[in-house]
Amino acid sequence: MHTKDINENLPWSQINKDVMRSMMNPRKAYWVAIIVCIAMISCAVAAEVYQYNVGMGPANLNWPHMWDLYIATFIFWIGMSHPGTLLSAILHIIHADWRKPIYRFAEAMTTFSLMTAGLFPVIHIGRLWNMYWVLPYYSDRGIWPNFRSPLVWDAFAISTYLTSSALFLFIGMIPDLAICRDNTTGWRRKLYTILSLGWRGDDRQWRNFRRTYLLMACFLIPLAVSVHSIVSSDFAMSVMPGWHVTTFPPYFVAGALYSGCAAIMTLFICLRYFFRLEDYMTIPILVKTAKLTFAIAMVWTYLNLIEFASIWYGHNAVDKELLIAKFTGAYSPYFWMMLFIGSVVPFTLASEKLRTHLPTMLVVSLVLNLGMWLERWMIVTPTLSQGYHPFAFDVMWPSMIQWAIVFGSFGWFGLLFLIFVKVFPCVSMYEVKEMCYHRKREAMGVGHGSHAAGGAAGAVTASKTDLEGS
Amino acid sequence: MSKRRVLGLFDGFDPAFAAINDIKAGNVSGVKLDDVEVLSPIEHPDIDEVLEHRKSHVPKWTLFGALFGMIGGFLFLASAQANFLVQPQGGKPVIALPTNIVLTYEMLILSAVIFTVIAFLVTARLFRKRNPLYSEQITVDQVGIEITLDESDLAGLKESFAKHGVLEVREGAL
Repeated sequence: MHTKDINENLPWSQINKDVMRSMMNPRKAYWVAIIVCIAMISCAVAAEVYQYNVGMGPANLNWPHMWDLYIATFIFWIGMSHPGTLLSAILHIIHADWRKPIYRFAEAMTTFSLMTAGLFPVIHIGRLWNMYWVLPYYSDRGIWPNFRSPLVWDAFAISTYLTSSALFLFIGMIPDLAICRDNTTGWRRKLYTILSLGWRGDDRQWRNFRRTYLLMACFLIPLAVSVHSIVSSDFAMSVMPGWHVTTFPPYFVAGALYSGCAAIMTLFICLRYFFRLEDYMTIPILVKTAKLTFAIAMVWTYLNLIEFASIWYGHNAVDKELLIAKFTGAYSPYFWMMLFIGSVVPFTLASEKLRTHLPTMLVVSLVLNLGMWLERWMIVTPTLSQGYHPFAFDVMWPSMIQWAIVFGSFGWFGLLFLIFVKVFPCVSMYEVKEMCYHRKREAMGVGHGSHAAGGAAGAVTASKTDLEGS
Repeated sequence: MSKRRVLGLFDGFDPAFAAINDIKAGNVSGVKLDDVEVLSPIEHPDIDEVLEHRKSHVPKWTLFGALFGMIGGFLFLASAQANFLVQPQGGKPVIALPTNIVLTYEMLILSAVIFTVIAFLVTARLFRKRNPLYSEQITVDQVGIEITLDESDLAGLKESFAKHGVLEVREGAL
């Protein structure tokens, strides 16, 4: 078994070749995944066409259940976007270099999750021809949007996050696009020539690149936290039982990081197999991601317990009845399943034997994501089924139309993601080279700044052959 | 005196840094440190030290963007609210600070990020016509030193490069 995050003796030319080859020549499983995604999207498109023609009735969305799977899945996809920022920005700032081989696809996951999430408010309003209603705009009646509404905050926050994360992904990719430009022909060369913006790797470019990337990372961290806090405000700012909870913002952020980390594990294992990236997406890096997921799972569990305790000891009768209903009512099997998956299943990540077994980790990561999706469903639906007024109590089960659209959203995300990793390098080549270089120097005991002494004293004895492998 | 542009390609950072240190020590006549550009496949922290900490102006743009977003964002919200008095306020202030802070914060971040990206594109001098001396080996594993100098100083520079094991020297007219 590997014990190092990466083999630092990998020659740099080999890194370029391996990553470029992965883009050209994936395994057959990649194409199977593409077909599966297209099939899933077809289900969603068929359901949406039917809903478009018939109206929202077949979706089973009716008072008091105006929000259901569409909004629950919207929150799920917004949450999925968070670990891209976590891996990329937070681990970049704290110099955790094991992130380098995997942060690119995590950033891509952020962007595509947001693009998927953005579909749901549009689908939710039913009348697609009025999709611009979800945007806060100054209407022709001279009416400004209500800037005090969390729904307007949502639109601002999500569009800010999508813009910033897409720019962060693109800026971080420019040096790799230059590598692609120099090593491809045909349409790819033309595309990479345009997108690499004339990058040539001079010291001015690297210096400004480093500052830009760091500054963007510093802004993205509070942005990511604010986005999911604002999404939680859609619920917490209301007076509905089960939603009007002080701990909702941190609870949402923890849930987001949790589901996203689990998704990173899933995609890690898939990409490693599809593109034969075993030398880059190594078991020690997966183990570190699994440990991070476990830690976040425990934070999520703690926040759940805090919420239950504050409702129980708060003695608000309506809130307490709703909590009891969650544990014993119609939705209780799903609520218990959520708790079991979210709090008990992660203990498999604490086992060293299991977390180094790829098939087990693939299954566990998928199950964890199921649990996190259930969490969002259990936030939205039980409250609507048991609010303040007993005459409005109602149990509603989503229709096949809703299920099909939710199912298709995974296909949409998967298709966008799979196309991205085929066209753009999913492993950051220049950062992997940096990782190998610095780790090799550390192993040789060559410190930072040894070149600046001047004259012959600055020339350390390590040659390129020593540092970059043979 | 006609000016020439020279690119020396080295097998890694150590010989390249040794060649630059030679220039810093004044061993190459007619070449100053300010004339030196280093082209590399990775971002090496020692490049800044060897080149004596050249500045990046990106943070100033970011600060400006953040302030612009914050002030402009708040003024936008406040002026929109002040222009729309028809909306029932229910006794609440027309321009509510606590709720406006949320959107002001978002606009601060958006503006700061956009200004940072624009600053990068401008200060890194991207979108330039490709230099004919450019070697594709720089995106693989070689380190380049590019210098603009008088033709009369060319021989001294080449000698210094050769002393430090240059792999290839490319030259062209400026």
